[in-house]
Amino acid sequence: MQENGSNKMPYTAEKPQPRETAEELRARIPGWGADLDPKDRPSFPREQPGIKTGAHWDFPERQEEKSPRERSIEHRFLTPVFGTSAPPSGLSGVMRKYAYKYSEGRAAHWLILLAADRVNAWESHLLSLGTRHPDNPITETGVLSEFKSGGMSSRRGQKRADTKHQWLDPIIVAGPWLAVGAGAVLAVKALASRKTPR
Amino acid sequence: MRAMVYRGPYKIRVEEKDIPPIEHPNDAIVRVTSAAICGSDLHLYHGMMPDTRVGMTFGHEFVGVVHEVGPSVENLQVGDRVMVPFNIFCGSCYFCARGLYSNCHNVNPNATAVGGIYGYSHTCGGYDGGQAEFVRVPFADVGPVKIPHWMDEEDAVMLTDALPTGYFGAQLGDIHEGDTVVVFGAGPVGLYAAKSSWLMGAGRVIVIDHLEYRLAKAREFAHAETYNFAEHDDIVVEMKKATDHLGADVVIDAVGAEADGNLTQHITAAKLKLQGGSPVALNWAIDSVRKGGTVSVMGAYGPMFSAVKFGDAMNKGLTLRMNQCPVKRQWPRLFEHIQNGYLKPSDIITHRIPLEHIAEGYHIFSAKLDNCIKPIITPSAS
Repeated sequence: MQENGSNKMPYTAEKPQPRETAEELRARIPGWGADLDPKDRPSFPREQPGIKTGAHWDFPERQEEKSPRERSIEHRFLTPVFGTSAPPSGLSGVMRKYAYKYSEGRAAHWLILLAADRVNAWESHLLSLGTRHPDNPITETGVLSEFKSGGMSSRRGQKRADTKHQWLDPIIVAGPWLAVGAGAVLAVKALASRKTPR
Repeated sequence: MRAMVYRGPYKIRVEEKDIPPIEHPNDAIVRVTSAAICGSDLHLYHGMMPDTRVGMTFGHEFVGVVHEVGPSVENLQVGDRVMVPFNIFCGSCYFCARGLYSNCHNVNPNATAVGGIYGYSHTCGGYDGGQAEFVRVPFADVGPVKIPHWMDEEDAVMLTDALPTGYFGAQLGDIHEGDTVVVFGAGPVGLYAAKSSWLMGAGRVIVIDHLEYRLAKAREFAHAETYNFAEHDDIVVEMKKATDHLGADVVIDAVGAEADGNLTQHITAAKLKLQGGSPVALNWAIDSVRKGGTVSVMGAYGPMFSAVKFGDAMNKGLTLRMNQCPVKRQWPRLFEHIQNGYLKPSDIITHRIPLEHIAEGYHIFSAKLDNCIKPIITPSAS
């Protein structure tokens, strides 16, 4: 590496010396400088009024609202097009509808939605137990790939920062279920001991 | 049809679902032939994104064949091979009319701060995504484009998000000839951002990550200098040393919400969900860039607050630039670069996984097993 003249950068006005010339970079790197002009790049300027989009409407036709659709109160009205995946239902649905009473600027909006997400997962796991297709934590977490795709060798001997917290993942997935299971066992034991005549 | 379905944090499975119907006159239904798992899908998978509902199908990177079109669709026909940008956008609102496709105001009733994204929670509009055999594509005359005959299918998939986002990130850095560019993150977006920085005339490109196999890819694919932050006590100081104590002219955050490097930040954000995202990479970017420099943020963060060092950003006089990428605006130039041989997007694909095994695909990608950089999903009907 070439040292800068006084080696007192940036405490003097000089600029760093380029390590390679434009010619050297062009020779080494395919396409170097193809977009050199900052004013000749696709996202310059950021806003381009009149850009051709393919829209042949001023305002889109409205998609039919087949069931009441939750929306941000920061919107004037329901947007003309919207997704129809997984409408709100159950306790989590009640929570989600309540969350949309708050604007996006309120922490309550997001915290209630996050709580509803956790409730939604629990509802779904419990309901699945009554179906022919109950949740299977082994297949659904894909954890068997640990054995097929080098779970050990991908981590051993590597300076990976994520290995410091990956041990938490099984606890996040299985911990609540184990806790509920343990609680249920304790509850049954307590009930049994009450009924047992002394 | 078969479709990936979210079952709760860290859990997904493949289920039988109805083929999506036409819901709007300008809808198309696309039979998916290839899809990808994006690093930002992992934020959903890990339960970080508010209003991610059980039953949703993820997937915002996909290409396929037009299966059905609504009555007002003019530009596509059944049988056309199409690539679909991850943005859902109307083309006519205040924002679309100015090219801000990722900020469309007509497609996301759930939030005004973000546009519509396929398979990316109800916070992004509640649309099912493309990790399935079929997907509904709204505004078929605006978003999708027929795949050019000369383009490989896998290159087309990479053009639906990862490559344009990396390229856009380099543009937002406002790179000038000879600039030193630091990219945090050697995942797909970081690799493409590093590669794109050269196109814009960077004099040096430095990529930082903690996964050695990804840094090796950054050296090979993106011609970058690399640093493994896990091997250094303080990566910010290393960046100062590497730049004659000036700092980099431009820093690109290509990591986002699950950044490692600070255990407290990671656990409070990614595990406890008490922040919108772990701002480790963003804070390193703010501290590594020179005064008066530019930080470009391509990493995805949730809508909640994050502990970002705005004081340093203000005191250093930084320019912070960010947005979800308006994908379709990047395509004409990127098509040229691919045809000229400057870019080969599919070079970063490491795994090709059948849809039926997608749960293992997510785990491999999430746990960074088997040198995984970019997994492609192949639906069985394709």
